[in-house]
Amino acid sequence: MVKSLSVRKSIITVFLLGFSILFLLPFAWMLSTSFKIEADVFKFPVQWIPERWNGFNNYKEVWFGDYPFYIYYWNSIKVTVLTTVISVVVSAMAAYGFSKVRFPLGNFLFMIVLATYMVPAQAILVPQFILYRKIGLFDSHLGLILLGSFSVLGTFMLRQFFMSIHNDYIDAAKIDGAGHWRIFWSIALPIVRPAIATYAILRFIWTWNDYQNPLIFLRTDSLLTIQLAMQKFTTINGEFYSLIMAAAVSAILPLVIVFIIGQKQVIEGIALGGVKG
Amino acid sequence: MSVKTEISTPAKVVKDAKKNKVFKEKSENVIGLLFVSPMLIGVSILMLLPILATFALSFADWSFITNLSQLNWVGFDNFSKLLGDKVFLKSLGNNAIFILTVPICMLISLLLAIAIDRNVYMKSFFKVAFFMPYISSVVAIAVVWQVLFHPSAGPINQTLMSLGIENPPTWIADPNFALISVMLIQIWVSIGFNMIIFLAGLQSIPRDLYEAAEIDGASAWVQFRHITLPMISPTSFFLFITGIISTFKVFDLVAVLTKGGPMHSTSMIVWNLYETAFVNLKIGEASAMAVILFLCVFAITVLQWIGQKKWVNY
Repeated sequence: MVKSLSVRKSIITVFLLGFSILFLLPFAWMLSTSFKIEADVFKFPVQWIPERWNGFNNYKEVWFGDYPFYIYYWNSIKVTVLTTVISVVVSAMAAYGFSKVRFPLGNFLFMIVLATYMVPAQAILVPQFILYRKIGLFDSHLGLILLGSFSVLGTFMLRQFFMSIHNDYIDAAKIDGAGHWRIFWSIALPIVRPAIATYAILRFIWTWNDYQNPLIFLRTDSLLTIQLAMQKFTTINGEFYSLIMAAAVSAILPLVIVFIIGQKQVIEGIALGGVKG
Repeated sequence: MSVKTEISTPAKVVKDAKKNKVFKEKSENVIGLLFVSPMLIGVSILMLLPILATFALSFADWSFITNLSQLNWVGFDNFSKLLGDKVFLKSLGNNAIFILTVPICMLISLLLAIAIDRNVYMKSFFKVAFFMPYISSVVAIAVVWQVLFHPSAGPINQTLMSLGIENPPTWIADPNFALISVMLIQIWVSIGFNMIIFLAGLQSIPRDLYEAAEIDGASAWVQFRHITLPMISPTSFFLFITGIISTFKVFDLVAVLTKGGPMHSTSMIVWNLYETAFVNLKIGEASAMAVILFLCVFAITVLQWIGQKKWVNY
């Protein structure tokens, strides 16, 4: 019985391995092409391990050439880290206020905030654009950061976790003379730390991958974030596919690293909230 | 003296406590508002205000470059213009076709999740492998597929030709195949997300249900049909609804891969909206599209509220 079961399991495993090739091959092709010289890119059958290596030059061109990626990397890191930090703090505070401070207006305000989640981001791009032009936030990193800093989803997610903290904890702390601010920082936040980590990783990934907001709210070349720069680089380098692939590898590498480190949080977080960027 | 104090103290304490309570409630209100105010201010300025503005602008004729004083109110003109706009109708149709990706993706993901849940070795490897496209940036993925789909030199068509197919489709260059190609990539990207959610759903099914069924001699198919399917119906419903909503928001893939072309064959609502607003500078029409987009998403959300009670069955 046990043996026959493992035979079945092995067959399915092999079958699934075959299927997973569909998912990994494009990445493998991207990686190997990024190390090739241009003439070898479309050689058929595909050279999975390049015969003539040109990786150093390709990556040098991407990082320090006419469209130097180190600038856009720095822009992306700045925007992503600041957005993540501000968004976590704002969402955590709001989530605490909406769950653990009992004030009459709270539920009503929460319903309003939650209702805005139904509105697709694209439906309000035009007024946001006009607003940003008027108040001088257009074409600035600050504007981009603010756009990602008020997450209804983050507030909702963290509120669920704060609600699972027993009110006795909070009341006990109150009797000991602690105010809400103190309770928030030293009791509530440490308890929901895993949820915060999950949300922070998700926000990091979404912000790093964001293409639409930088496309609309940034103009100056030196301010571009990595996704937008990646596309401009592609347009300019048209047929230089080895360079384009080196750029693509550079663009997704930080995410692959974050994903591998925080794999458990990412997968659990997504499963838990059933959330989508 | 001592008797007097004994009598008066309790009364005083009660009074103090009442005063204290009123004071505390007031301060709870203030504290609560302080905690939620950064979020409220942000949401009001960056979301609520623009929502109202979108509705207002959808009744106006205006462009970014002219002064606000040159804004004209035109009633429902923008909407009636859209109904006669071939590109917009084509985009709407493409969005409708695109919904097909949702059930296809769900079916594949469910099969994968069932396999990974109990029937394979190397579970974590598979989870990571299928999840990779979802984690990667759409821009990088679109660029890679653009090259893979290259009509003459791309690896996909070279493989097809070496397999004896003489005239393989030119994929994103062919108006008849472009939308299908974009849909294939969309499915490829979304499978990881759907699979993870299905896995979580499967893992929450109590194992004793299967054990009981096994004792009763139920076959694997019967178990799937009468235990697994009903038990994951909330998950499926959730994925179906959020999947449809996200097809209405598809933008990055189209923007990088095809720019709506060739011949508007991959144009979708949001791409059309972007072009109308930021390329053609027709703010009124773009806002009318935004309103239609919002109404579509809103209708589906309402459907979700109603449906959750009706169609989710255990």
